[in-house]
Amino acid sequence: MLKELIARVRQGYRTIPYPTSRPVLPDRFRGRPELDPAACRQDCRACAAACPTGAVRFDGDRPTFDMGRCLFCADCASGCPPGALRFTRDHRLAAWAREDLVVRQPQPERAGPPDDGRLRLYRRALKLRQVSAGGCNACEADVNVLSTIAFDLGRFAIQVVASPRHADGVLVTGPVTENMKLALEKTYLAVPPPRLVIAVGACAISGGPYVDHPEAHNGAAGIVPVDLFIPGCPPHPLTILDGLLRLKASKE
Amino acid sequence: MSVARGLSLQNGDPIALASIPDIPLGPFRGSIISAVADGARIAALFAIPVSANTARLVIVLAHGRTGSLAVATTEVGESYPALTPDCPQAHWFEREIAEQWGIRPEGHPWLKPIRFHRAYRAGRDAWGRGQDEPILPSVTRFFQVEGEEIHEVAVGPVHAGVIEPGHFRFQCHGERVLHLEVSLGYQHRGVERALVGGPTRRTIPYMETLAGDTTIGHATAYCQAAEALSGCSISARAVALRGVALELERLANHTGDLGALSGDVGYLPTASYCGRLRGDVLNMTALICGSRFGRGLVRPGGVAFDLEPERVADLRERLDRTLTDVAGAVGLLWESPSVMARFEETGPVSREVAEALGLVGVAARASGLERDVRFDFPSGIFRWAQIPVSTWQTGDVFARAWVRWLEIQRSAEFIREQLQALPDGPLRTPLGQPVPNQMVVSLVEGWRGEICHVALTDESGRLEHYKVVDPSFHNWMGLAMALRDQEISDFPLCNKSFNLSYCGHDL
Repeated sequence: MLKELIARVRQGYRTIPYPTSRPVLPDRFRGRPELDPAACRQDCRACAAACPTGAVRFDGDRPTFDMGRCLFCADCASGCPPGALRFTRDHRLAAWAREDLVVRQPQPERAGPPDDGRLRLYRRALKLRQVSAGGCNACEADVNVLSTIAFDLGRFAIQVVASPRHADGVLVTGPVTENMKLALEKTYLAVPPPRLVIAVGACAISGGPYVDHPEAHNGAAGIVPVDLFIPGCPPHPLTILDGLLRLKASKE
Repeated sequence: MSVARGLSLQNGDPIALASIPDIPLGPFRGSIISAVADGARIAALFAIPVSANTARLVIVLAHGRTGSLAVATTEVGESYPALTPDCPQAHWFEREIAEQWGIRPEGHPWLKPIRFHRAYRAGRDAWGRGQDEPILPSVTRFFQVEGEEIHEVAVGPVHAGVIEPGHFRFQCHGERVLHLEVSLGYQHRGVERALVGGPTRRTIPYMETLAGDTTIGHATAYCQAAEALSGCSISARAVALRGVALELERLANHTGDLGALSGDVGYLPTASYCGRLRGDVLNMTALICGSRFGRGLVRPGGVAFDLEPERVADLRERLDRTLTDVAGAVGLLWESPSVMARFEETGPVSREVAEALGLVGVAARASGLERDVRFDFPSGIFRWAQIPVSTWQTGDVFARAWVRWLEIQRSAEFIREQLQALPDGPLRTPLGQPVPNQMVVSLVEGWRGEICHVALTDESGRLEHYKVVDPSFHNWMGLAMALRDQEISDFPLCNKSFNLSYCGHDL
């Protein structure tokens, strides 16, 4: 017992003060991308050619950047000769609407939370059932880490629960493989309505690297109605936490 | 020519396809069986289609004692006499061959699909299922024990925790597990098939997400193969940085696993400390490349990020601080009788069983087998910097935990050494054109064990075939054996002590 108490003192208090103070992310962290179309060279399109998943596209002469497809490998930015595309360290990437994950200049107004009264239910407590449907265990790991003492999801009254019957919604990772489609549908239906669906990671949003594979379904939205999209490959735990807190505060 | 005396090669050595001995089926089988009886291990066994009705079986045998690999092929038609009855290591490989190409290994004692997908050759099916017949995961026969007081427990694919999907079927007598059958395939994303014809811009993302917790391991295995195929030799600095990243990956996962094992026996102090400490190690990887999982770091020809002196100093300081905390947190486990009582003699796998099944990685070393790619088949930095192989003899949950702790210390020591004197050299060396009609076997000791990639090029130098063997492919059967005669309530603990990959298996 004494050894445990000494270890406890040595380990110290480790919960990060998020969201009250701004987190310090590593200098090489790749967060929300920023476009400067004015710096774009005519007919260059090196960024689009470098992207493994077609996240960078051109709307006429103007580049658009789909965070829902992006793996944050930054091959586009290193392929961009004039530096018209760069990754900022902003970790807040979640969006209520799929099209709001597309970064463009000028940026259209983004959709707000659903106004059907569901979010009011989650203000005091939110319980989620996680379903990995072809996820590579990176998104899963960074969802799991939210329950450790560093992030302490419990202090926001959010909990990952063992049964869909105890859940308010499902948090989906992975491109939804053909072999997990039925299990995802059944888990979703086992959640008592009204239900909530959160798609975490490039795979669950667009299929990620597995987009258009016959063995997968290009993400969750084709199978279950997605309410909140949290992009990344995998999203940083703080990106996921920021997304989940939007459900609690029903902020934009 | 026997396989054992056949074409011998080293980890990461390219060879011309024409030089691989193609031998008749009889001697092919016989020499595999005798080589395995003599201590060799099946690193890979797969089929490559030749025509609509014929295929070539490719064997890669690993001779740990001599540090060499042996490769041979043989041609088969719609079926061939199975190896499994004489060589249990072939069990899972032969099921995979049957499922992928519709080739029946006759006499296989338990011929079932392993991933539940349609065969890659249209119209072929090892089980005679029609094209319109749906193929659903785990819809198959299962091993059943009969008796008045026997009951069956089925769990998954969706589990209680935040983990990947798989299905487990237990045959129980009361609390006692007589048999566990593991049924996977839920994570099948079709990676191997998508790699053919490459490399493309998506090849590296496939490798980095084969098993996302093994990003560095699989990306390194691929890059070693790609570099070998194009005759590219990368700088000493690049191999050192890859080594540092690989050992950080091991540190993070082993630390997390010790915490999770602690949680599974209800000992919360270590569980909560290690949960945080695992994140601290992941953040060290993020310090190097911006991603906690090492995404974007390992690239063909080298690495994409450098370590400047300030970053090295930061990393060393963080490593020392974290390791002190890990030592404190993990030390509690060995001193707590309530933990040790649950770890010791739970889920034992004997050395004989581990050897017969061809287990790799922590699971093999915990059963007393000295088996480590870094030592047996060194490539990259491990040609110069040796890490002692950590083993234990008891084969139980304790052994698998203890080996992890030994490896944490040795990996940390290795990283410290590397950071002390990083060699010079360019980060990346341009890759030339891949040489046509070649093959390479690339092995890396990932944190779970041996990662084996086999790449073959066609006459234009593109990937004609790509085989991935994740360590989990060898080890899932080990978990099933560990559960025999155990309490069913010990399943989570045993499962965690192996911590195998679902997507790495399902591909």
